[in-house]
Amino acid sequence: MKTDVSKINEKSKWQDITPGNQIYGGGTSKEFNTGEWRTSTPVLDEDKCVHCLLCAPVCPDSCIPVADGKRLAFDLEHCKGCGICAYQCKFGAISMKEGK
Amino acid sequence: MAIRERLSGNEAVAYAIKQINPDVMPAFPITPSTEIPQFVSTFISNGEIDTEFIPVESEHSAMSAAIGAEAAGCRTLTATSSCGMALMWEELYVAASNRLPLALALVNRALSGPININCDHSDSMGARDTGWIQIYAENNQEAYDNFIQAFRISEHKDVRLPIMICQDGFITSHAVENIELIEDDRVKAFVGSYEPEQYLLNPDMPMAVGPYATSPYYMETKMAQNTAMKNAKQVILDIAKEFEEISGRKYSFFEEYRLDDADYAIVIIGSAAGTTKEAIDELRAEGKKVGLLKIRVFRPFPGDEIAKALSHTKAVAILDRSEGFRAGGGPLSAEVKEHLYDIGASTKAVSYIYGLGGRDYRVDDAKKVFAELYDMIENGIEIPQYQYIGLRK
Repeated sequence: MKTDVSKINEKSKWQDITPGNQIYGGGTSKEFNTGEWRTSTPVLDEDKCVHCLLCAPVCPDSCIPVADGKRLAFDLEHCKGCGICAYQCKFGAISMKEGK
Repeated sequence: MAIRERLSGNEAVAYAIKQINPDVMPAFPITPSTEIPQFVSTFISNGEIDTEFIPVESEHSAMSAAIGAEAAGCRTLTATSSCGMALMWEELYVAASNRLPLALALVNRALSGPININCDHSDSMGARDTGWIQIYAENNQEAYDNFIQAFRISEHKDVRLPIMICQDGFITSHAVENIELIEDDRVKAFVGSYEPEQYLLNPDMPMAVGPYATSPYYMETKMAQNTAMKNAKQVILDIAKEFEEISGRKYSFFEEYRLDDADYAIVIIGSAAGTTKEAIDELRAEGKKVGLLKIRVFRPFPGDEIAKALSHTKAVAILDRSEGFRAGGGPLSAEVKEHLYDIGASTKAVSYIYGLGGRDYRVDDAKKVFAELYDMIENGIEIPQYQYIGLRK
C-alpha cells in the first residue's frame, strides 16, 4: 500500500486520512509544492555562470539540477527562495529578485 | 494448570512482561514503579528474555525512545509513576496521535506538590485526555491479567492506540497477594507476535511518521483518532472474552458488586473497591441494599453503560482519588454525572474525594458514605454535594 498523497488534500474526509497522518512510500515530498512559500526568487545570469557547481550541493531543497557537468534551471516549484545559492556564488551569477 | 504464586503487583506486571518478552523497554526509575524495570533488567541479564533495555536519562527520553522503537516496528513498553508521567506529557500525546500501540505500566502515585510518594490517581487522571487507553486494577491479579491483555487491545488494527495499565502505588504494587499465573506457552499463544502492517524499518516500504498537519488536516485527524478510541470498546470486550477462555476470569468495562437490586451505590476505581466491597457485605448483612460499580476501563469511557447500570439506584456516591481543581469534584464524578444526565436518570449523584497522597480509606469511611446517601434520600437531610473523606476539620 502506497499512499496516494494527491488524494489526501484539504478536501479529504476524515475517513480518508491515514492513521496518524502516516505517509507510506518514499519521495512524496516532490508532491509538496514548497515553491509557493517563496517571497524572493533566485535569477541566474548565464553569462557569468562558469558551472563550478558549488550552488547545487548547498541548496537545502535540491532545487538546482545538474546534468552533463552543467547546472540547469532552478526548480521553482520547490525553491523556497532562501538565497543560500546566491550568497555562496563567487562569480555573482545568482541574484535574488523580490517576489515569486 | 494455572500456576499458583504469591507476588506483589510490581512482580506480577514484571512477570507478565517476562512472559510477553517484548522487543524494547526504555525506562527511568521512579517510586513506586522502579521495581518493574529493575525486575525486567534482571530477567534480561539472566538470559530469560531478549528484550532490548534502554537505560535513559529521564522519562521524557523514556517515552521518546518508546515512540521511536514502536514506530520502527518493535513491540515496546515502559513503566513510570507520578512526576515521571508528568515529564512524559508531550510524548503521551505524540504516541497517541501517531497511533503507536505501545504499553505503559503505570503505578499510580500522587503528583507534587507537596511531594508525596503514596497512592492517588492524579498522575493518570491528569493524562486522561492524552488519547491513551486506560485500564485500572483492584488487585495484583487484575494488574497481571490486564497487562496480558494490553498489547492485544492496543495493537488491534481498529485501535492502534497506546495503552496504560494502572495499579495503585504501594497498595497493590508492593503488597504481596496470592495470584494465579497463566502458563508461559498459553500467554505467548494468546498475545502472539507483533506484525505491524507498516513500520520504519521495513525496507520494502519507506514511510513518514508524524508529519506536520496544518489546520485543514488537524480536525479530521482527531476525529479518526477518536474513532479508534471508540472502536477500542468492542475490542476490549472481545479480548476479555478470549482471555476468559484461557484464564477462567471474566472482565468487562466495570465490575458490578451487589449492584442489581441496590438502592445506594459507590462508584470507585482501583484498590479501594476491595474496601468498599467489605463495607457492602457488612451493610448487606444488616439488610441494607447497597452496591458497588468498580471502573476497570476509564478510557474509552463507557459512560452510557455506567449510567444504565446505575439508573435504578436512588443515589450514588462517586469517589475520586484525585482532585480536579474545578472546585466541584474530581474527573470521575464529572463524567459519570454527565452520562446520568444524558440518559435522564433520576438517580442523585454526589461527589467525594478520598485517599489523596495515600490517605487511608477504611471500611467505616465507605459505610459513612452510604449512611449519608440514605439520609439524603430517606430523611431529606441536605448533605454537601462535594466533600473530602477523612479530612480533619
